Amino acid sequence: MSIFEEVVRWFLDPAHWDGTFGIPNRLWEHVQMSFLATLTAAVLALPVGVLLGHYGRFGNLAINVSNVGRALPSFGILVLAVPLFGIGAAPAFIALVALAIPPIVTNSYVGMRDVDPELKEAARGLGMREHVALLRVEMPVALPVIMAGIRTDGVQVVATATLAAVVAWGGLGRFIVDGFAQRDDVQIFAGAILVAALAMVAELALAGLQWLATPRPMRASMRWFSRPGRTDELVLQGG
Amino acid sequence: MLRLDATDPWIRWDWLGHHTDVIWQALVQHIQLTGIAVLGGLAIATPVGLLVWRWRALRNPVLSVAGILYTIPSLALFALLVPFTGLTVVTAEIGLVSYTILILVRNIVVGLDGVPAEIREAATGMGYRPAKRLLTIDIPLALPVIVAGVRLATVTTIGLVTVTALLGEGGLGQLILAGLIQDFKTPLVVGLAGSVVLAVAADLLLAGAQRLATPWRSSR
Repeated sequence: MSIFEEVVRWFLDPAHWDGTFGIPNRLWEHVQMSFLATLTAAVLALPVGVLLGHYGRFGNLAINVSNVGRALPSFGILVLAVPLFGIGAAPAFIALVALAIPPIVTNSYVGMRDVDPELKEAARGLGMREHVALLRVEMPVALPVIMAGIRTDGVQVVATATLAAVVAWGGLGRFIVDGFAQRDDVQIFAGAILVAALAMVAELALAGLQWLATPRPMRASMRWFSRPGRTDELVLQGG
Repeated sequence: MLRLDATDPWIRWDWLGHHTDVIWQALVQHIQLTGIAVLGGLAIATPVGLLVWRWRALRNPVLSVAGILYTIPSLALFALLVPFTGLTVVTAEIGLVSYTILILVRNIVVGLDGVPAEIREAATGMGYRPAKRLLTIDIPLALPVIVAGVRLATVTTIGLVTVTALLGEGGLGQLILAGLIQDFKTPLVVGLAGSVVLAVAADLLLAGAQRLATPWRSSR
């Protein structure tokens, strides 16, 4: 029997759909953890990035924080959280939030910084106070860029949450990590399919949110799957 | 079972002193795994990138598929390969090369696209043949964006190599994993710090190399 047939059988086995170790519970754990970690990171990081971008201060810091963040190996940060916070959900959650903060700071900074200055002046000219202009003019204009950052981040969190199985937390990564330990290729492959599928669904769902946050005329240039790489030169300023 | 051991310090220097060879080997393997992934990725991504750049019809399909594949989390990508190539360094390297290809192809295409049309026309007008124009005009002018891709691919790979410790290889990731399994902080700290230092050093090195390769941009 080929590995593919065995994987199909694995998915058809009712035992894999039941209880703590079943697919529905692992999926729910994964979704819940990723959602809460992304939300927490956004709540912590957005005010910082938005205000730095609004006042145009500490630009280098706001941009380089994500360059530094990228140098941190997520696997290492997850494991580091174990001696600090024990094993299970707590270290996983804290590590995921910590890893998710830098890109949101950078993106919300860039989004706010790039708001057309004439638009800001027009808001003042209309008699808007600073906080009103910030909330009703600048933030809506910056929203597509901010959402693009949260989208990239959310997908990254789903990916890193997979690794959290290594620090004795659940989620879909359990199938893979347990499969490694038991040398169970079928479970490894099935787990990988589940994880890849969830990551793609997350990308599409967050793309949907980004689409909603983007004004109609700008929607045409949106993509359902963001493209790898980084073609702006932000990254070059680090060196 | 794992627990918080308050008596275990973050760094035990005596352990460090007795394990310099282990740490050195892990570091060398980390650099090797990263080097193969980035150079191998570049060797495959360059022809693919040029092809996609020349044939515009290929661009959207190829870059879209790259986007979809790039969504697959690293552990899942390694796991998809394990039934075929086992818990081996081959699995690790196939996964790592795949990610660098996805990053580099896009940067090569976008970098070449960014070369101003007037410059290309001027070169053609001066009698440059396509191959010479590509090598002496297009690629040098696209270099900043291509190197940005190489830097991103390198830093990303250095982080991903630590994950491959789960496959039984993994350079400094082995130290991180050993720290977790043995509930012993020193190797964990050494592996983590080593990976960060390596990523920053590689990034600065590539940034320096790029300045040397594009002297006309030195005013920046």
